[in-house]
Amino acid sequence: MAEPTIALEIFRYHPEQGEAPSFRRYEIPYREDWVVLDGINYIKDQIDGTLAYRWSCRMGVCGSCGMMINGTPRLSCAAFLREYFPNPVRVEPLAHFPVERDLVIVMDDFMHKLREVKPWLIRGQETPLSEGEYRQTPAEVDEYKQYSMCINCMLCYAACPVYGLEPRFLGPAAIALAQRYNLDSRDEGRRERQEVLNTEEGIWDCTLVGECTTACPVHVDPAGSIQRAKVTATVDWYKDVLLPWGKR
Amino acid sequence: MRHSSEPIWWSLFAAGGVVAALVAPVQIALTGIAAALGWADDAFTHARVLALVSHPISRLYLFVLISLPLFHSAHRFRFTLIDLGLKQGRGLVAVLCYGAAVAGTILAALVLIRL
Repeated sequence: MAEPTIALEIFRYHPEQGEAPSFRRYEIPYREDWVVLDGINYIKDQIDGTLAYRWSCRMGVCGSCGMMINGTPRLSCAAFLREYFPNPVRVEPLAHFPVERDLVIVMDDFMHKLREVKPWLIRGQETPLSEGEYRQTPAEVDEYKQYSMCINCMLCYAACPVYGLEPRFLGPAAIALAQRYNLDSRDEGRRERQEVLNTEEGIWDCTLVGECTTACPVHVDPAGSIQRAKVTATVDWYKDVLLPWGKR
Repeated sequence: MRHSSEPIWWSLFAAGGVVAALVAPVQIALTGIAAALGWADDAFTHARVLALVSHPISRLYLFVLISLPLFHSAHRFRFTLIDLGLKQGRGLVAVLCYGAAVAGTILAALVLIRL
C-alpha cells in the first residue's frame, strides 16, 4: 500500500525575480507525529531548497516560526498535520506584516514598537549593589508573571484586526510587555511608559476584539492586559481632573 | 501630560456597558414584558408608575438607565465607523457620536425634570 501523503500549499514570493506572489503545492509524506514545520523542513531538504522561512527551537519557545496556517496565526511547530489531514494545508506568512521573501516577514515595525514601551526595569535611583537584590513576594511576582511569558512570536499582531486596519496601533504584545514592567514592584517607569501607552495609537485604539488572546500560544492574555491599562489610565485621568492638587 | 481625552469616553462606555448588560434587561423584563403582557396585575397602573417616578431617586435611576447606554452605543458606533474606513474623519465621527449621546442625555434630563 502506498504511503499516505498530504499537500502543503505554500506562499512563495521572491521579489528579486520580480514575480508576483503565488502558491506552490507540495505533496509530502504524511506522518501522524509531524507538525507543519516538519513538513516545511522536508520540502526544504528534499524538494525545493529555495523555500525561505524562520524557525529555530521546534518546541514553542523561540517564537520564530509563526505563520498563517489555513488562515489562522499559529506556531508551525505546534500545528500538527493530523489536525488537517487528509485536507491540504495552506501556509502563508503572518498577516498584516510586509513580506521579505516566501514565509519571512519584515518585523521592523514590531521591533520598533517593542523599544518604544521601554520593556526593562526603570528605577528613579539604583540602589547600590551592597544593599543586595530587589526582593519580591510570590504575590508581587504573580502580578506580572503571566505577561512576562511573551515569546515575541507576533501571532497576536497577525490576529489583531485593529492592527490590520491601523498599522500605527502599538499592538497587543508591546502593550502586554509594557504592563509586564508597569506591574513589577521593582519598576518605577510607569509614568514614562504612559507617554506611549495613553495615546490614541496606544491602548485607546484597541476595541477589545480579543483575537490576540485567542492566538497567543503561551497564554499571555494581551487583551486583558490592555483592559487593565485602560482602567489604570482612566483612574489617572480622574485623579488629575478631580484632585489636581493631589500628588501622585 | 495627558495626551488623550479617551479616558472620559471610555469610562462612560464601560459604565454604560454595565448598565446595558445588568440593569436594562431587568427593566425590559419588568416594563417591556411583564407589564405589557399583563402579568403584573395592577402594579403598573398609570397612577402608581407616576407616583414612583415622581421620587428623585427613581428619576436619577431612569436618567442613569437612559444616559449611560447612550454613551456606550456612541463609543461602539464610533469605533465601528472607524473600522469601516472613516479614519480620515475621526474627529467628526467622534463629535457626531458623542454629540448624539450628549443630546440624548440632555433630552432625558429635561423630560425627567418635567415629569
